[in-house]
Amino acid sequence: MTEVMDFDVVIVGSGLAGLRAALQIMKNDEGKLGIRVAIISKLYLMRSHSVSAEGGTSAVLYPEEGDSMELYAWDTIKGSDFLADQDVVWRFVNLATDEIRLLERIGLPWNRRKDGKIEQRWFGGLSFPRATYAQDKSGFFMMRALYDTLLQYDNWERFDEYFVTSMVIEGGKFKGFTAIELKTGKMVFFKGKAGIIATGGNGQLWRITATASSTTGDGYGIAYMAGLPLEDMEFVQFHPTGLVPKGLLITEAARGEGGYLINAEGERFMKRYAPSKMELAPRDIVSRAEMMEIAQGRAATDKVSGLAHLWIDLRHLGKEKIEKKLPMIRELGLKNLGIDLAEAPLPVRPTAHYTMGGIRTDIDGKVLNDGHGSVDGLWAAGESACVSVHGSNRLGSNSTIECLVYGAIVGDGIYKYLEQHRDKDTALPKERVDSEENRIFNGILGKESGGEDVYQIKNELKDTMESNVHVYRTEEGLRTALVKIQELKKRYRNIRVDDHRPTLNYNLQHALELGFMLEQAEVVTMGAYLRKESRGAHARLDYKVRDDQHWLVHSLAWYTPEGPQFKYIPVNITMWKPVARVY
Amino acid sequence: MNGSDEIILRVRRFDGTREWWQSYQIGLTGVTSVLDLLNKVREEKDHTLAFRQSCHMGTCGSCGMVINGKPRLACQTNISELDAGVVNVEPMHNSPVIKDLVVGLDSLIENHKKVKPYIIRGKKEEIFYAPREFEVTQEGTTQFLQFDYCIMCNLCISACPTVTIDPLFLGPQALGQAFRYLADPRDEGWAERLELVDDDHGIWRCHFAGACSYVCPKDVDPAKAIQLMKKELLKKRLLIRRGKKGAEITEPLQPHFTEEKLTAAPPLDFKRGD
Repeated sequence: MTEVMDFDVVIVGSGLAGLRAALQIMKNDEGKLGIRVAIISKLYLMRSHSVSAEGGTSAVLYPEEGDSMELYAWDTIKGSDFLADQDVVWRFVNLATDEIRLLERIGLPWNRRKDGKIEQRWFGGLSFPRATYAQDKSGFFMMRALYDTLLQYDNWERFDEYFVTSMVIEGGKFKGFTAIELKTGKMVFFKGKAGIIATGGNGQLWRITATASSTTGDGYGIAYMAGLPLEDMEFVQFHPTGLVPKGLLITEAARGEGGYLINAEGERFMKRYAPSKMELAPRDIVSRAEMMEIAQGRAATDKVSGLAHLWIDLRHLGKEKIEKKLPMIRELGLKNLGIDLAEAPLPVRPTAHYTMGGIRTDIDGKVLNDGHGSVDGLWAAGESACVSVHGSNRLGSNSTIECLVYGAIVGDGIYKYLEQHRDKDTALPKERVDSEENRIFNGILGKESGGEDVYQIKNELKDTMESNVHVYRTEEGLRTALVKIQELKKRYRNIRVDDHRPTLNYNLQHALELGFMLEQAEVVTMGAYLRKESRGAHARLDYKVRDDQHWLVHSLAWYTPEGPQFKYIPVNITMWKPVARVY
Repeated sequence: MNGSDEIILRVRRFDGTREWWQSYQIGLTGVTSVLDLLNKVREEKDHTLAFRQSCHMGTCGSCGMVINGKPRLACQTNISELDAGVVNVEPMHNSPVIKDLVVGLDSLIENHKKVKPYIIRGKKEEIFYAPREFEVTQEGTTQFLQFDYCIMCNLCISACPTVTIDPLFLGPQALGQAFRYLADPRDEGWAERLELVDDDHGIWRCHFAGACSYVCPKDVDPAKAIQLMKKELLKKRLLIRRGKKGAEITEPLQPHFTEEKLTAAPPLDFKRGD
């Protein structure tokens, strides 16, 4: 019999968005309603991938010095290649300021200027240096501050190392999540009046990625398999400075502080692609420039991996500045390649980094079930959600601040919802939970022999995505990838788990993650195949220009057993009509 | 060594009842760190091998284990620097082993929580409703910055001889974090936090072996934090110092989420940004 955990709010994911939402609920409640919150992570709570965010996070802090909400909104919208919903962006930029200061007051060591104000620096695509930062460990310090601050509240419970396998929605209302307690291998049902999906992105779909092994996009899979639409999944950000060979992140702040990108001929090649912004053009543009340099034979080659790459050169910044502002990436270079970036350039190339799309929500972070209605009691925030702040290309320094702003908005919205919903729902979706238990324990774990290997399929998937669904895309490549993904999906139905012990069965966890990954890969690839234009991070070699007449629309994808079904909806344009995007 | 070399990985395994050493011989192609090696073994040789991992860049704190005798992060330990043909990996010491290289972290989590690791203010509402940041200088930040690097990887606890002897000892991680907040210019919890560590199982139990600082992958230096905190405790006991006034915010408090900030966007083309 499945154990039932009964809470008011169930938060899946313990990164910045999840923890910020929890804090907002704690702060609003302070014992008033006695709201009980569960925070679930497949890792430990303080280990979410948000800790790896590096260079900074944007907000307008000192408008008297020349920045403004209008300028921040414009940068974000132009950066999005006009696919962001502008009403959302306007709210987002207006709430960002308070978040930076709140995080300061709960202990975050933002770098300070001589006058004691919070220091800000340049990032790509900004018209004003507004990326606030704590060395190059900004995400780590944000996570620390939020996690530590939550420890003073009693009305939440942590569920470290629980893997959520599915979501239960009945009659248009959120009911809860099924999960496996990894330590015991038992299935648990987390029942909640309100749920939040805050599970981050899916960088693990690619071979070369900057993101943690945990970023398998489980939340996308959970929502999609529950019949909810995923929005704009074809837009995937490839960060231009992934350290060769693995793709670990060299922060954009390296360029924000004045670093150069150079090709094998020692030339600052960005002059050909973004003559005014140079290295500080938005990420989609810089990654395309790098792939173009590689295609045209002006790249270097890594001797060990054989990968083509460019160089990032920081030598002219000097050791002192590097130590004060970029210590972690120096350590990354030293640890991984034995190269001190204060003395030599580092080899870099585009690396999978961020999912612009996600679970479709309204401006308040409530999850939508179609173009019109929302799922009662369900919210999503952070990278797993698509509100959409980032449209087809997110600006560097806009992700962690989105987690904070939307974590807060969602936490606030849930508190108001719970004030209105004090009644107790005692019904349990027993049949649904039983069938999930059967799917996993008999269907996947119960298979005795034969079958397909989890890691074999995962590696074939990663290689397919890396080769065909990358910075530049073509109809032929995308079709090749779709055929391959469909083959892998078929093979997955016969998946085999070799570990049969209940305790910490990572083999089973990886099999379940892979199921989600295959579905997402199909949505990303099909979405890219159907979108016959180039916009933001989606660059088609066979449809090279942005086509506002036909494609100024968000894509929505629904699950069907035969593959995703697509529909398109308009973008909310409230402030600025699209213009040519030149940097 | 080049890509075609092979290496022996020996893992101390545990399945809930039985404990044994298992050896794997494996090629080094595509392998830099011990974590790469473990992943390769798990993918290619043995799907049942259990270990934790996540960020692969020394920031999430998941992959602590004892490698060739020393507690280290597997992702931050390169095979080449070990300079050995055999890599021996064991679960961290001083924590209960659950399976293979995975240990229970309950006491890490609990002890960390015990030292009140958050900004304490006389007026708590300032935290949420102040209109701006505290007045703090970069120098003020430097007072605690090093101690704020803690990734809760548990390696210091694994190395600490005092934790082995006294399971109730607060341990280097928690004590280091007590000092991190104590030294924060915004914090006003000086006295109450010192009381928490002034205990037979607290700060006085440490006999300064320094193993915690030796193994810390982020240079947090808990041993130094403990020494500095002893100094603060003496000041408190001798009544030289009675408390600490935190950095100030003088402006009146104000609510978040004002209607003004939640209102709809301005009309189309109200002002061109560039």
